[in-house]
Amino acid sequence: MDAIAEFFRVYQTTIGVIGINALLALSVWVTLYAGQLTLGNAAFMAIGAYGSALLGMRLGVPFPLGLAVGALLSAVLALPLGFAVFRLRGVYLAIATIGFALGLNGIPPITELWQIYLSLAVVAYVLWRVQGSTAGRAWAAIREDEIAAASQGIAIRRYKLAAFVAGAAIAAWAGGLSAHLNFSIEPGDFGFTRAVQILVFAVVGGTPSVAGPIVGATLLTALPEILRPLKEYRDIFAGLILMLVIIYLPRGLVTLAELRKTRQLQEIGAADVA
Amino acid sequence: MAEQLYNAIFVGSIYALFAVGFALVFSVLDILNLAHPVVFMLGAFVALFCMSTVGLPAALAVVAAFLATGLFGIFLDRVAFAPLRRRGAPPLSAMISSLGFAIVVIRLMELRYGPDLVSYPAGSLPQAVVQIGDARLDGLRLLIIGLAILLMGALTYVVRATQLGRDIRALAENPRAARLLGVDVDRAIAATFFISSGLGGVAGALLGFAYNAIYPQMGTPYELKAFTVMVVGGMGSLPGAVLGAYILGIGEIAALVFLPAEFAELRDALAFGLLFLVLVIRPRGLLGHRSVERA
Repeated sequence: MDAIAEFFRVYQTTIGVIGINALLALSVWVTLYAGQLTLGNAAFMAIGAYGSALLGMRLGVPFPLGLAVGALLSAVLALPLGFAVFRLRGVYLAIATIGFALGLNGIPPITELWQIYLSLAVVAYVLWRVQGSTAGRAWAAIREDEIAAASQGIAIRRYKLAAFVAGAAIAAWAGGLSAHLNFSIEPGDFGFTRAVQILVFAVVGGTPSVAGPIVGATLLTALPEILRPLKEYRDIFAGLILMLVIIYLPRGLVTLAELRKTRQLQEIGAADVA
Repeated sequence: MAEQLYNAIFVGSIYALFAVGFALVFSVLDILNLAHPVVFMLGAFVALFCMSTVGLPAALAVVAAFLATGLFGIFLDRVAFAPLRRRGAPPLSAMISSLGFAIVVIRLMELRYGPDLVSYPAGSLPQAVVQIGDARLDGLRLLIIGLAILLMGALTYVVRATQLGRDIRALAENPRAARLLGVDVDRAIAATFFISSGLGGVAGALLGFAYNAIYPQMGTPYELKAFTVMVVGGMGSLPGAVLGAYILGIGEIAALVFLPAEFAELRDALAFGLLFLVLVIRPRGLLGHRSVERA
């Protein structure tokens, strides 16, 4: 029991960051699942981070309310952008490049681990339920063939917009949690590198299911810690592992289970049936 | 004023050389090659190696940088992209694979050269000042601008008017059809990577010469710029990427000149804002011709 408590004490920050990264990965998963690539979620994360931090520090707004306002603000901003996106795919890029010039120090570090993981559990559960619902099937149809989906009477714009706005709100919520996990926000925290990183979590984990982004974010965030004994060679191994995983499991880590099953079926000659 | 415009054209030329290779791979193979900043950096270091260790003159070092990074591009494809092609993997996985590759190479270079700035050997770079009216222009940069334009002209010729260019364009249109028509697809892919990475490497060497300071992470800031320039130019359009690169260069220098120092942090925002405006007016990009399903 003490060993577990010790583990949590030592790795508290990493565990927190894992949860936040899993939330971010889920935020981009929603749009990926609907067949859209977005690099805007780092910017939405920034809106949540700055929004909730400023509300708390300047106006004394309670933390959960600040998070909610940040997420709402982000969703409201995503709405017109989402409309523009149908006409203007480069918008994704543009919102990825919006510079946040101002840094912020002295943010109270009040995010608790249970808050992060409760958020993650709720978001994952809701997305899992949505995936199996009409909306989830509409997203999948749009992803596989937009024209066919439209001809089946699926309101493409509405569903795409919903995915975009939901992703923005989740990213902002994660951003607020992240800002209060550390003391400060750096302008560079929300740039292109971060946008790519979020995307990598989701794709390496695998987009077929909600579990994918969570698995991807967990393993890739923990990887530097696990490889710490390798010292200066750590990044080299991290890069190699990233390459090997994506080359051997190009559809994501969660497809590992499927792959096994297919192999077993192939061995008994029943792969075609399954 | 003339000097600032001159600098803008210089910066634009480097962006263009970088972005045109990035856009070439994207237009032919649908790959966002996040290892492109790595060949840029390697070009600068190959030139350094040639000049300091081998003792070659700067001009030959640029040629060596082109060849070495071009071959490295083929290696990059064999290691990071070819296995994914064989598996019919989705395009995003290629982006991630190249990211892993880039991390490995940058870290290896940091272990070898350290993360700090490295300079070229003293006296190895040509120096001249060109006087036009009141403006004193750095002659080395003039050479660089000329070489960049020459290389982009050569690229245009290769893509438009040679058999190799026709093969590459056929591959870009439809790999399967190209193979059926007797195009040696593997050769065309290798050529695409050779040209793309070679140009990226030359860009790196030239930028290294101009600033006389190189470091393993030097390519990283160019990644986002090349990406932006490509989207603004029209996804996959090479002339569009070049045009976008010069607009970005001019926008950045204009921000430098017209924005007061206390707003220095907004310079990038202004340059990108300009490009964003282009997209609002013209969603498909400056020279893009079909509707784009990506990014």
